[in-house]
Amino acid sequence: MNKKDIIICRCEDVSLEDLHNCLEEGYTTFEDIKRILRIGMGPCQGNTCGLLAQREIAKYLKLPLSQVKVHKVRPLITGVKLKAIVENNKNES
Amino acid sequence: MKANIVIIGGGISGVAIAYNLAKKGMKDIVVFDDNYMTGGATGRCGAGVRQQWGTKGNCIMAKMSVDFFETAQEELQYHRDIEFKQEGYLIVATNKEEDEQFAKNVILQNSVGIPAKQLSLEEALEIVPHLNKDIVTSATFCNTDGHLNPFLMTDAYYHAAKRLGVKFFYNEKVTDIIVENSKITKVITKNYEVITNKVVNAAGGFSYEVGQLAGVELPVYSENHEILVTEPIEKIQGPMVISFSKNIYCQQVPHGSFIMGRSDLDVERGHDIGSTHKFLDEMAKTAVNLLPPLGDLRVIRQWGGSYNVSPDRQPIIGDTDQLEGYYLAVGFSGHGFMFAPMTGLLVSEVILGLPTTIDITDLHIDRFKNNETTEYEHSVV
Ligand SMILES: Cc1cc2nc3c(=O)[nH]c(=O)nc-3n(C[C@H](O)[C@H](O)[C@H](O)COP(=O)(O)OP(=O)(O)OC[C@H]3O[C@@H](n4cnc5c(N)ncnc54)[C@H](O)[C@@H]3O)c2cc1C
Repeated sequence: MNKKDIIICRCEDVSLEDLHNCLEEGYTTFEDIKRILRIGMGPCQGNTCGLLAQREIAKYLKLPLSQVKVHKVRPLITGVKLKAIVENNKNES
Repeated sequence: MKANIVIIGGGISGVAIAYNLAKKGMKDIVVFDDNYMTGGATGRCGAGVRQQWGTKGNCIMAKMSVDFFETAQEELQYHRDIEFKQEGYLIVATNKEEDEQFAKNVILQNSVGIPAKQLSLEEALEIVPHLNKDIVTSATFCNTDGHLNPFLMTDAYYHAAKRLGVKFFYNEKVTDIIVENSKITKVITKNYEVITNKVVNAAGGFSYEVGQLAGVELPVYSENHEILVTEPIEKIQGPMVISFSKNIYCQQVPHGSFIMGRSDLDVERGHDIGSTHKFLDEMAKTAVNLLPPLGDLRVIRQWGGSYNVSPDRQPIIGDTDQLEGYYLAVGFSGHGFMFAPMTGLLVSEVILGLPTTIDITDLHIDRFKNNETTEYEHSVV
């Protein structure tokens, strides 16, 4: 299949080709690639694309998967409406 | 390795200084950074660019930096879009004191050529219809303020500097600066020893520590500032909305998501950049109060970053009589991204012994020797 048609990051619509080009340009850590292509910045927060990107980086750098870091886990774990946060707290007090 | 100068820190300040020095013809410039590119404050910031400041020094720095951003894409010949969006900053007042202070600020801003104006509540609502009418009293607006992509702006400087021969080493921490007979002789990193007699401290949140490496005492400290991003939606807000009294800045970036932040007035000084529930709670309440329809947006991530704070909340730029060959670009107090083009220009001029484009007396570290003359910047979140 054409690399352009293989989607790595569904949230931000990043293809395997985009990822390979980015690696070729010299961005070879997940954190670097995230800042250029937005991989991991969408609603899934890297839950879907994280492992796929990690595997491609490992292949490119010829490293075992365990040596390729993915990005830091930060809150929130799932999308929560701002309103829900405001109201929830009202109920508590 | 030998270098004419070592720049410590490859955030927006470091890359801008490197680019300006190389452009002016300096050779053998080396930049070390302890992290991946934009791993410091630069990659964590709101990346808002505004000229509506309360001190003359900040107004001029910001205005001239915006002039640069307008031409940066071309000047730096960057292959991606730096996403400079100029749809203004709407600074809202929520009480009489602010109405009066903002009127004075606008006069100051206009005096240095910044096209800011004061607006009535009705005029402000025309620009941002979803403002809460019940808490806003008036506003000021400057249509050439805006926002840039901080990752790509840094990358653009980085590529341009690299083409001019600057050597960059990321993930390479500077561990020591050797000083002999009051002169810098070497910079030591994890993997290198560099012979040099000039060093720039552009180490952001760690600039105090990088001062200590050379025995230079800096009046700065770091504190965590938190920020969050929502899911992207169709465009509903052009300008950044900001309120000092309500303690909030909030904007929709070209990608569609909203980015918003506020300060924790009780935050402890230090290097913690964690995420707290307290921030999420206060941020949600503040945002939904000022901009009610945002309540329906889902938050997808929150994070934190360092403000490196100076005593008057204006940057510290220039040399220091504490050590020959040691230069400073520190203490940006939460607005160093938007000043970076001027930081790069001014620091490079000082290093090369050229006359500076603007008078930097008010930005020089010596201003703190005589506290009485310091002008304090109040227009901050
Ligand atoms: C939440 C938040 C929102 C913000 N919003 C805005 C905004 O809207 N507009 C704006 O203009 N500014 C904003 N700022 C401020 C802005 O981010 C900073 O002022 C600016 O990025 C500073 O850039 P810098 O290059 O000086 O520092 P940094 O980007 O922090 O870079 C310093 C670098 O030095 C490196 N370093 C440190 N110690 C060493 C060492 N020993 N050896 C080697 N390298 C070292 C670090 O790894 C780091 O990459 C915000 C900041 C935060 C935290």
